[in-house]
Amino acid sequence: MLIFLNHLINGISLGSVYAIIALGYTMVYGIAKMLNFAHGDVIMVGAYICFFSVSSFHLPPAAGVLLAVIACTALGIVIERLAYKPLRQATSLAVLITAIGVSYFLQNGAQLLWSSNIKMFPSFFSSQPISLFGGELKITIAAIVTVLACVVIMLALTWFTGRTKMGKAMRACSEDKGAAQLMGINVNATISMTFAIGSALAAIAGVLFCSVYPTLTPTTGSMPGIKAFTAAVFGGIGSIPGALLGGILLGIIEIFASAYISTQMSNAIVFAVLIVVLLVRPSGLLGKQIREKV
Amino acid sequence: MKKFFALVLALALTLVMTSCGGDNDQKNGAAIKIGGAGPLTGEAAIYGNAAKGGAEIAAEEINALGGIQFDLRYEDDAHDPEKSVNAYNTLKDWGMQVFLGSVTSTPGAATAAESDADHIFYLTPSASSTDVIGGVVNPLTGSVDVARHSNVFQMCFVDPNQGSASAQYISDNGLGNAIAVIYKNDDVYSTGIYNSFAAKAAELGLNIVSTTTFTTDSQTDFSVQLNDAKNNGADLIYLPTYYGPNALILTQANAMGYSPKYFGVDGMDGILSVDGFDTALAEGVMLLTPFNADAEDDATKSFVAKYKEKYGDVPNQFAADAYDCVYAIYNALKDEGVTDATPASEMCDLLIGKFTSMTFNGLTGENMTWSAEGTVTKSPKGMYIQTGASVGMD
Amino acid sequence: MKKIRLNRTSRVNFATFGAVILAYAIIQIMRSAGLLSSTVQGQLVPICAYVAMALSLNLTVGVLGELSLGHAGFMSVGAFAGAVAAAALPIPSNALRLAAAMLIGAVFAAAVGTLVGIPVLRLNGDYLAIVTLAFGQIIKSIVENLYIGMDGRGLHVSFLENRIIFRDGGRMILNGAMGVNGIDKISSFTAGFILIMLVLAVIFNLVGSRAGRAIMALRDNRIAAESVGINVTKYKLMAFVISAAMAGAAGTLFALGQNTITANKFDFNTSILILVFVVLGGQGNMWGSIVAATFLTVLPETKAMRGLADYRMLVYAIVLILVMLATNNPTVQDFINSTFRRKKKKGGAAK
Repeated sequence: MLIFLNHLINGISLGSVYAIIALGYTMVYGIAKMLNFAHGDVIMVGAYICFFSVSSFHLPPAAGVLLAVIACTALGIVIERLAYKPLRQATSLAVLITAIGVSYFLQNGAQLLWSSNIKMFPSFFSSQPISLFGGELKITIAAIVTVLACVVIMLALTWFTGRTKMGKAMRACSEDKGAAQLMGINVNATISMTFAIGSALAAIAGVLFCSVYPTLTPTTGSMPGIKAFTAAVFGGIGSIPGALLGGILLGIIEIFASAYISTQMSNAIVFAVLIVVLLVRPSGLLGKQIREKV
Repeated sequence: MKKFFALVLALALTLVMTSCGGDNDQKNGAAIKIGGAGPLTGEAAIYGNAAKGGAEIAAEEINALGGIQFDLRYEDDAHDPEKSVNAYNTLKDWGMQVFLGSVTSTPGAATAAESDADHIFYLTPSASSTDVIGGVVNPLTGSVDVARHSNVFQMCFVDPNQGSASAQYISDNGLGNAIAVIYKNDDVYSTGIYNSFAAKAAELGLNIVSTTTFTTDSQTDFSVQLNDAKNNGADLIYLPTYYGPNALILTQANAMGYSPKYFGVDGMDGILSVDGFDTALAEGVMLLTPFNADAEDDATKSFVAKYKEKYGDVPNQFAADAYDCVYAIYNALKDEGVTDATPASEMCDLLIGKFTSMTFNGLTGENMTWSAEGTVTKSPKGMYIQTGASVGMD
Repeated sequence: MKKIRLNRTSRVNFATFGAVILAYAIIQIMRSAGLLSSTVQGQLVPICAYVAMALSLNLTVGVLGELSLGHAGFMSVGAFAGAVAAAALPIPSNALRLAAAMLIGAVFAAAVGTLVGIPVLRLNGDYLAIVTLAFGQIIKSIVENLYIGMDGRGLHVSFLENRIIFRDGGRMILNGAMGVNGIDKISSFTAGFILIMLVLAVIFNLVGSRAGRAIMALRDNRIAAESVGINVTKYKLMAFVISAAMAGAAGTLFALGQNTITANKFDFNTSILILVFVVLGGQGNMWGSIVAATFLTVLPETKAMRGLADYRMLVYAIVLILVMLATNNPTVQDFINSTFRRKKKKGGAAK
C-alpha cells in the first residue's frame, strides 16, 4: 500500500509538471488555434535564464523567476511578431512548420550561447522533504509547490478568460475570429497577448520543471513539450481544467505503467492509453463536443 | 505553382552556395589531413564537442613541435548514422587521410563500414560498441553479428569488456550483497555494457535484485527505478550510463532518502564537472574509468589546464580519449616520412601495422597496445569520489 | 499549336514525370563523368527515400486532408521489415532481393496502416494528429524491444529480452535498441528513381480516379460528401493504407542504403521533418514535395553550410522560417506570380 501511495505521489508530481506545461499549450491552442511546438523550448530558455540569474549573478530565487518570466514574455512577443504574425492568413500547417523552425532556432541558439554541457538546476526549496509514516513516504517541497502552482494558475486562467474583458475577447477570437473583429475586438492584439501569457507560463513551468527534475540542457524542453501536448489533447485541447486533469493523469499513468508493467514499454503504454481514451471520447476528457454544422 | 517557383529559386541559391562555398581552412598546405565526426549539435552535443576540443588541443601541441603537421577538421553528425555518413563523405571529399572516427557508437558503426570500404584508417576515441570494430562475439547469443572492419581501432574500452570487468570488480571486492541495475535501453553503449555485465554476473553468481531501464524520452524521472531498487533492498546500484542521467539519479535518490553505493563505468566520469551539481551527493561513488581529470601527473595537469583555458570546462574522458587518439596517430606517423600526398589507403596499411605492434603512453593509460581485433588493452583505473574529487582505489 | 490537348492536371503530371526522368538522367551522366562528390553520391539514396516519403505523406495531408505526425512510424515498419527480409531471403540477385524486400516492407506497413487506420480515422483534425504521433512512439518502443536473429533453422524472434540462442552459427539481424547492423547496402539510386516514379504513378492515378475524387470530396467537405453517399471509412482508409504502404517501401529503400539503422532514427523528429517537406512544397502539390524534400535534405550538407561550423543548424532553422514566411507572403507571391505571368504570356495558361 505504501509503495502504491509512493508511486501515486511520484505520478502526481510528474503529472503536475506536464500539466503546467500543458496549460500554456492549451491556452495558445485554444485562442490562436495553432500547435506551438516551440513552447517546450521557451520553457528551456526560461529555465536557463533563471539558472544563470541565480547561480552566476547570485540573485534571490524570486528575482530569478521574475526575470525569467519577463524575458520569456518578451521572447514570446518577439517570436510571435517576427515568425507567427506574418502568417496570420496562412494555413495552420504553415504556422506549425514555422513553430518547428523556431524550436530548432531556440535549441541551437541555446547551445551556442550556453554550451551543451549539463547544468544542475539549484533547488530553491528546503531540501528536507516532508516525511509521512515514519519516513516511509516522502514528499518533496518542490512537488507540493508545483501542484499548488498548477492549481493556482488553472484557477487564475479560468477566471481571466471567464471574467476579464481581455479574457472574453480571447474567447471570442477562439470562437470566431471574423465575428470577433466585427464586434470591435482587435484580433491581432488579442492573439499577441495570448502568446505573451503563454510564454510567461512557460517560464514558470521551466523553473518548476527544473526544480523537480534538475538537469538542464538545450534539449530539456523538447520531450516534456511533446508529453505536455499529449496531456493537453488527453484532457481536451483548449480546455483549461482539461489540461490540468490530462497532465496529472498522464503523469500517473506513466509512473504506474513503468512501476507495475515494464519500464521498457512505459512510453508505449502511455500512448496506447491515450489512443484508447481518444477512441472513447474523441475530443478528450473535458473537451467540448462540437456539433458539426452543415 | 508560385510556391514551386519560390522553391526552385531557393534550390538554385543552394546550388550556388554549394559551388562557391570553397574550402575554408587551407592554412596548412603540407599538413596531414585528419578528420573527425561527432555530434556537435543536438542532445549528444556534449560528447562530440568534448572530443573535438581534446583533439584540437593535441593537434595544436603537435603542430607547435614543428615536425609533422596535422590539419584537423571535425564535422557534425548530430548523433545520427545517416548524417554521420554525410559528415564522413564531406571529410573524404576534403581529402582526409586519417579518420578519427565517430564519437558515438551508432554513427560509429555506420562510418566504420564506410571507411572499411574506402580503406581509410579509423581510430575512434569513444565509439565503444562492438559493432564499430566488428568481429566480436555477442555475449548473449554467441554469434558474430558484424564482420570485423580491419581498419578500425578503438581508444576506449569496448563495451563488453567494461561490463564484464565491472562484474568481476564487484565480485572480487565484495562490493554489493544485493545489486540493482539501471540502464538506458535505447542506447547502444548502455545496453552493450549491460548485456555483458548480466552475462558475467550470472556466471559469478552476483545477486541482482532489480533491473530497470529508461530511454531518451523518459530520462527526466527515475522515481520508479529507484523505488524498485530500494524496495528490493539493493545496497549497490550499477549505472552503465552517462553522467547526465546519473547526476539526476543521485539527486533523486538523495531526495527520497535512499543512499546505496553506486558503481559506474567510464560514462560516469564527468559527473563532478556538471555545473551546479552537489558533489557531496557523489561521495563514495565508484567508477571504472581510464581517465581522471584530478590526477596529479604532469601530462594530465597540463591538458586539463589548457582545456579549461580554451573551453572553460573541465575535460571529460571523451576529450582525453580524443587527445590520446591524435597523439597515438602522431607517434605512429612521425618517423615514417608520410606527407599530405600519401594516399589514405597506403596510410591505412601503415597505421594498421604500427598500431598492432606499438606501445603508447597517453592520458588514459600507460603501455597501451592494440590487438588485431581493434580493441585496446589498458588497465581501467578503479576510482572513487572523495570530497569532490576522484581518487584511485586499489 | 499542340495537337493533343491535355488538361492542366495532366500536363503538370507529365511535366513531373519528365522532370524526374531528366533529373535522373543528368545525375547519372554527371556520376559516370565523375563530377559528383562523395557527399552528393552518398545522399542520393536517402534523398530518393525522403522524396518518396514526402510524396506518400502528401497523399495523407494534401489529398486526404488529415494531419499525420507519425508517418516515420510506417517508414520504420518498412525499414525493419525490409532489412530483416533482405538479410533472410536467399535471393542471389541484389536487384530482385531489394524489390522483394521493398514489397515486404510495403505489405507490413500497409498491414500496420490498416490496423491503425480503422479505429483512428474516426477522429478528426488535431486529435487524429496526436493519435498518429502516439502510434509513432509505440512503434519505436516496440522495435526497441524486438530481437530477430537467423540461423540454419530459420528466423528467431524474441520480445523484451533477447532469449535467442543460436546452435549453428547464426547471426542477430535486429538487435533491439541497437538496431540492424552490418546491412548489405543493396539500395541504389536507380531503385530510388523507380520507386519515385511508381509512387508518382500511383498517386496521380489515384487522384484522377473515382476513388480519388471521393477522397478529395471528403477533404473539402466531409458532411457534404457523406450526404451524397460516399463511404467515409472506406475511402479514408484507402488513402491512408496506400500512403502507409508507400512509406514502407521508402523505409526499406532507406534502410538498405544505410550501414546501420536504429529505431531512434524514425522518431517524432523524422515525422516532423517529412511534414516540413510536404508543407513547404505545398499540400497536394507533388512537384513541391519533390523539390522541398531534395532542397532541405541537401541544404545542411552543402559546403557553405558545413563551412558555418557551429552556426550551421542555427542558420538552417532561420532559412526554414524565412522560406515559410516568404512562400506565404502576399508580396512575394504577387511578385512571383507577375514574373511568371509575364514570361508565360504567350502560353496564356498561367494561373
